[in-house]
Parts: sequence; C-alpha cells; structure tokens
Amino acid sequence: MTNEFDDLKALMDAATPAPDARRRAENLELAQENFARAQGSRAGMRPTVKRGLIARLTEGAKSMLNTLSHRGVLTATTAIAAVALVMIVPQTRDYVVDPTTWTESRVALPKPETSKTDDEADMSADLLGESIEESIAETPLVTETKPALAPSPRQQKLSAAVPEVQNGQTAGIGSSALYESADAADLRSLPGLVPDQNTEAYANADTNSLKVTADEPVSTFSIDVDTASYSIVRSSLMNGHMPPKDAVRVEEMVNYFPYTYPAPDDGAPFRSTITVSPTPWNDGTQLVHIGIQGALPEIEDRPPLNLVFLIDTSGSMQDANKLPLLKQSFRLLLSELRPEDQVSIVTYAGSAGQVLEPTAASDRTKILNALEQLEAGGSTAGQAGLQQAYQVAEGMAEEGDVTRVILATDGDFNVGLSDPDALKDFIADKRDSGTFLSVLGFGRGNLDDATMQALAQNGNGQAAYVDTLNEARKVLVDQLTGALFPIANDVKIQVEFNPAQIAEYRLIGYETRALRREDFSNDKVDAGDIGAGHSVTAVYEVTPVGSDAIRNTPLRYASDPKPEGSDEIGFFKLRYKTPGASESQLIEQPILPGQAPADDDVRFSYAIAGFGQLLRGGPYLGDWSYDDAIALANTAKGEDPFGYRIEAVTLMRLAEALSR
Amino acid sequence: MRMKTSDEDLALAASGGDADAFATLLARHYDRVFRLAFRLTGRAERAEDLTQDICAALPVKIAGFRAQAKFTTWLYRVVVNAAEDVRRRHASHDRAAAGWGDVERLRRAEAAETTEAMDWLHHAMRSLPDELQDTLALTLDEEMTHADAADILGISEGTVSWRMSEIRKRLRAMRQEELAQ
Repeated sequence: MTNEFDDLKALMDAATPAPDARRRAENLELAQENFARAQGSRAGMRPTVKRGLIARLTEGAKSMLNTLSHRGVLTATTAIAAVALVMIVPQTRDYVVDPTTWTESRVALPKPETSKTDDEADMSADLLGESIEESIAETPLVTETKPALAPSPRQQKLSAAVPEVQNGQTAGIGSSALYESADAADLRSLPGLVPDQNTEAYANADTNSLKVTADEPVSTFSIDVDTASYSIVRSSLMNGHMPPKDAVRVEEMVNYFPYTYPAPDDGAPFRSTITVSPTPWNDGTQLVHIGIQGALPEIEDRPPLNLVFLIDTSGSMQDANKLPLLKQSFRLLLSELRPEDQVSIVTYAGSAGQVLEPTAASDRTKILNALEQLEAGGSTAGQAGLQQAYQVAEGMAEEGDVTRVILATDGDFNVGLSDPDALKDFIADKRDSGTFLSVLGFGRGNLDDATMQALAQNGNGQAAYVDTLNEARKVLVDQLTGALFPIANDVKIQVEFNPAQIAEYRLIGYETRALRREDFSNDKVDAGDIGAGHSVTAVYEVTPVGSDAIRNTPLRYASDPKPEGSDEIGFFKLRYKTPGASESQLIEQPILPGQAPADDDVRFSYAIAGFGQLLRGGPYLGDWSYDDAIALANTAKGEDPFGYRIEAVTLMRLAEALSR
Repeated sequence: MRMKTSDEDLALAASGGDADAFATLLARHYDRVFRLAFRLTGRAERAEDLTQDICAALPVKIAGFRAQAKFTTWLYRVVVNAAEDVRRRHASHDRAAAGWGDVERLRRAEAAETTEAMDWLHHAMRSLPDELQDTLALTLDEEMTHADAADILGISEGTVSWRMSEIRKRLRAMRQEELAQ
C-alpha cells in the first residue's frame, strides 16, 4: 500500500552512515571537557541514584541496541499507531518552539582541538570495544519491562502538565521553571559556559568615597555622555525588578535628560555654568553643580555623514525587542539623513558580511530592503565584523566627512574577542585615524554592558541602550546631531577644592571615568567627547568647614588650615580638544559660594542623582527616600517637551514600590 | 543482575553535576543523535558537525534538565533545534546549501557510485518542506512514537499523524509522476 514510504525508509536506513569513530571519541571528550568547565567547583557532586560498576559498564549501548533490535516489528507498531492516532486525536493548536534557544548557546562553544593525540586514539578504541561488549551483554534488556528507577509520580504529573502550560507560555517569570524557558535561560550563559541564568556584565566601580580636602584637594575625571545606564534601569524597573546595583551609573542617569543650560556665545564650543546650592538630602552639605552646554552649530551646514551599521544578527537577536526593534529604529534614523549622506550595512553572525554596499541615503528603498532582509541566526563573531565595518567606513570616507560605525548588538560579543585589549586598541587606533564608533545595545539577558562601554569609550562614541522605540527616537532622531557630530574631544574636568572653605567633598557618579591628577594636562590621555548640542552634568557634594556633617574628624598632628582671604570654594578647570586637534585648550573658572540660583534643570538633576544613589545604595543619603526624590522631581519637571522627566518620576514610583 | 539506570535519573544526576552520569548518558545516545542529525541534514559531514556542536553545548544545557519530559524527548528537541538553526543560518544567502538541498549536486559530482535509488531518496527528501522533513526524520527512528515526535516538535500528535499522511501522499504523487514519464 505505501510502497514509496517503505522504500524511502529502507533507503534512508541504507544511506545513514555510522558515526565516525574518531570524531565520536573527540566529541565525547569535548562534551566531557565542557561539562567539567560548566560545573566548575561542582565537579565532585554525586547523584542520589546509586550506580555501581555494572551499571556504568552497561550504559552507552542503547544506541547499539537499536541496530540489533527487530526493526520490522517496531516499524509496524509505529505505523499502526499512526493510523489509530489520526482517528482518535483531534488536531490541537500548534505552538512554536522557541528557535533562539539553540543559537544563544553556540556563541560560547569552544572548537575542539583538531589534532589527535594518542590518548584520544586510545579512547576511541576503548569506546568502540566497550560498546560492542556492552551491546552483547545488554541484549536481553529489550524485554525488560521497566528501568530500575522510574520517574517519581510527581515528575510524571509535571511532564503531563507541560504541554498545556507551554501553550500559554510567554516570557514570564512564572513559567521559567518549565523546561522550554529554562533552556532558554540556561543558554544565556555565555562566557566560560558558566551555568548562570543571566550573563549581563556591567561596567562599574565602587562608589566614589568622601575625600578630605586637605589630603586630596584635586578631583579629576573625564566627561561621560553615555545614557545606557538609565535605559537599563528603566527596562529593569518596567519589568518589575530592581536594577542590578552595578548597572546604575549615576552620571549616565543624570546625563540622560536634556537640560537647557546657558548656551555658549562667541564661537566657543561650550559653556560651563556652576551652581552651588543646599543638598536636598543633607542639611550640612552643599551641592556643586557643573553644567556644560555644547554649542549647536548650524545643522544646515553639517558635513556629509558616512554611517556603517554593524548589526549583530546572531540567533539571540531574534526577540521582538532586538532585531525587529533595531530595524524600526534605523528606519527612524534614515528619515533624518540627507541625500548626500551614505549608509552601508555590515552584519556579523557566524561569518561577517556586507549586506548593503555604501548607498546614498536618498536611495531609501534599497536601504530599507537590505534592512528588511536581515535575519537572526548563527553565532556572533564580533571582531571580524568590526574589522570589516571599519574597512567599509574607510572606503567611504572623504575629506571633510564625518565617518562613524554604529554597532548594534544585544551583547553577544564573544566569538572572536580573544583579546579585549587588542580590540580596544584596534578601535582606539581607528578613532585616531578619524572613524568613530557608537554602540547601541538591544534586549536583555546577555547584555554585555561592560564591553559596550569599553568599545564606545575607545571609539569616541556614545553607548546607548535601546529598549523601546521611544528610546530609539531619542537616541537616533532627537539627538542624532549630537551623537554623530562631536564638537569637542577628550573633555576632562579637574576641580581643586579650597581646604579653607571645604572640609570634605565627593564626586557623585563618574566612577568609571576617574582620571589621574597628572593625566589632566596630558593630551595623550583619551577622555569623553561632547557632541553638538549635548549637555553634560557633574555634581559634587561638598561639606563646608565647620559643618556638622563632616564625617572625618580632624587629625591631631595635621596643621590646621586657617580660613584665609579667598572665599572661593574651589577652582574649576576644563580641557578639551577641537575635533582633529592634538593640543588641548583650557577653560578655567573659580567656584564661588551661592553661584547662580538652582533652577528646575539643576534641581531635577539633583532628583535624578539622588534616585541613582538610592538605587546603588550607599551611606551618603541618610534617610532621604524615593518619596523625597519623587517630590523633588515633581517640583522640577519644567517644560519637559518629550516627557522624559515625567517618565523618570514613574520609574521612581516603581522603584519605591519594588524596594519595599 | 540487569540494573540499568534510567535516562532521566542519569540526566538529573548530570544536571546536578555528575560527570560520570553525563558521560554515560551521552555515550548511550551518541549514535542515535548522529543518525537523527544525518536524517535532518542529509550529509554525513554535516551530521558530524551538528553532532559535535550538540556535544559541545549539551554540558550547559543539561543543567536545565528538570525531568519534565523524557530525556530522549528533551535531547531530540535539542537536535532538531540545532538543525533548524543551521538551516536558518544558511537560509539567508543560499537556501539550496542547507540540509538535503545540495546533496543532489554533490552526488552528481561523484557520479560513479551514485545509484538511482539514492538519487530518488535525495530528491524525495528535498521535495518535502522543512517541517515535513523534520517530522519524517524523527519518525524514522524506530523507537520514536508519534507522541514522542509531537512532543519534540512542540505540536500535537494529530499534526504529526497528519504530516505523515501528507508525506505518504506526496511520495506517492512523486512516484506516479516518475512512472508517467
């Protein structure tokens, strides 16, 4: 009756080769090595099931049984079952097996050694011999009714319940105990195959400590215009959990918001405004608020842009909030470009490839088509992709153009990143030759914030994290000009406090941006960049001499600094380079008490600085709470044309509720 | 005495960190994994590569095994997903290069030992859409019931049975076409 089918089956059996014995041995050994690595310190654990030598000897042979067992009989039963099933079982709803589970794990797979050692050869021989012996010894097992230890009733019940639950399964937390999603979670473990549910890595350092002005009067740091931290915090809170403490970088949260500090005049690239006002969370201290506003050059005159999108298309990018969001985001960006701008797309996954040759931005259809055709699949070879993207970028660059590689990834940056330092050097080198790098992070789960930060910092670019289309609009449309056109490079700030006025101080945030005091004047030391129209905020909390809030008691043998003539709190210095210049310029300004009133912008930045510190935890806020932050932010919302500030208040409320 | 520890108990032990249990389990199922990989990909070297990838990834995945499904179901799902992934990766640039697709070309190249029957097998497999190929690859395993295949593919038994009848129908149509020529 169904001859063709039986023919196919017979042919298939005939065509199916035996596994290569050598590779079998190698693969088994590879698995064993990976297993040991995945377990780490858990290697010595024993199972609860008792297994003796016999048991171990008899395993490994079931596969051989398949070939020895009576094929015909089994086929017949299958066929009968098939016929019966058609009649009995109504077709129920299909559901899609999550196809990303696999790709995520592939990223970390180490390739096995191809060279074959004597040991491997022995093992291969052993295994071969073993399985044959065993198969003979185990043949009667076919008639065995039950394995020695059946699954417990509870397990059986669970397994029966699984299909239902899976049908309704979303990415929810509740279902994470089920094997499908448990798989997905496990596979997120990338580096080193550590069986950890979440492999997000964050760049951060210990919270800046309180400094005694007499001991260490000078504070030096590089500016930071990244905003990724705020988006990560938002994504965590919106998903109902507190952000990891290390994900909170206070300065990035503060800098997320646009402020309208006084704009520079007479051709200066930026202007700094310093405000000294009481600290919301401590009566005995003051906050020194440094607001730097970058000039916004005539947008009409901007030079042509060459953009190379380097897009991670690894399997893990499949989620709705990754590749699909990325496509939408770039579509938004495209509408901001001008006909003379050029766009190219390079993907990296498994093998790197140029998907779109440099194309004028006016050819929208071609660009959109290329974007549309991107598909997620494969593992991630970050470095190869990066190299190709730079190659393409260099080919596009013409005199006077601004050339930038925009890397979009969910953080799978492992394959090919054999030496992070070499990669950073590579990016820094390209930066010096004029091609910059920005990094956009998408999705959660294996977001490698640390690498993103490192790459963007070395590439004179911004690291932003895109969690919603709104955020994409903010990063790629509203602030495109700032993100892509630097007006000053290597911007460093140094503040010297006057020990006669200030007993103690601490810099809020900028932990990852600290510079050595001597690096301030060293033009070879790289620092952050300010883009067109960017504003940057830095906040110090200072304790005046004689305040109750001084935490360090004076030393007995130190000479007591006498309050001298100057009532300056400190002295502010800023160094920057105009784009392309190799020598820095200096801006200096004394910090005076009571300088400028604290307007909405300043007070809102305080609310966010306080919010960030609450999320990070730390000793400096006393009993100042989320409620206080909410109250402060609410009085300082100002115009808020994009609704960013009202969103921040929502996040504060969420954090307040979640922290309880 | 023929005590044999069940797959599930071994897998649970392995998920708890028992290297012996893991080794035993993998050795027990290696050949079946390979043969399934072959049926899914249609080429020995692809099957070898796929099996290697699975061996490399399994140590991490096994930690997530919770005995909510039969171990073989769980394992085959891994294999099918891996094959699917390979297929997807190839799909963007060269659909024909994936799976059973290019076997025919390859075979032609080494025409010497190509039998008509083998050609027919490749042609037949290639003519089936991916989901039917997967279903067929699974059900050709003698120990695999339709319920198992359904579980692995994440579809209902009814769908598997329907697919099998669809496969038979298509094969019959193919044969008749050949006879007509």
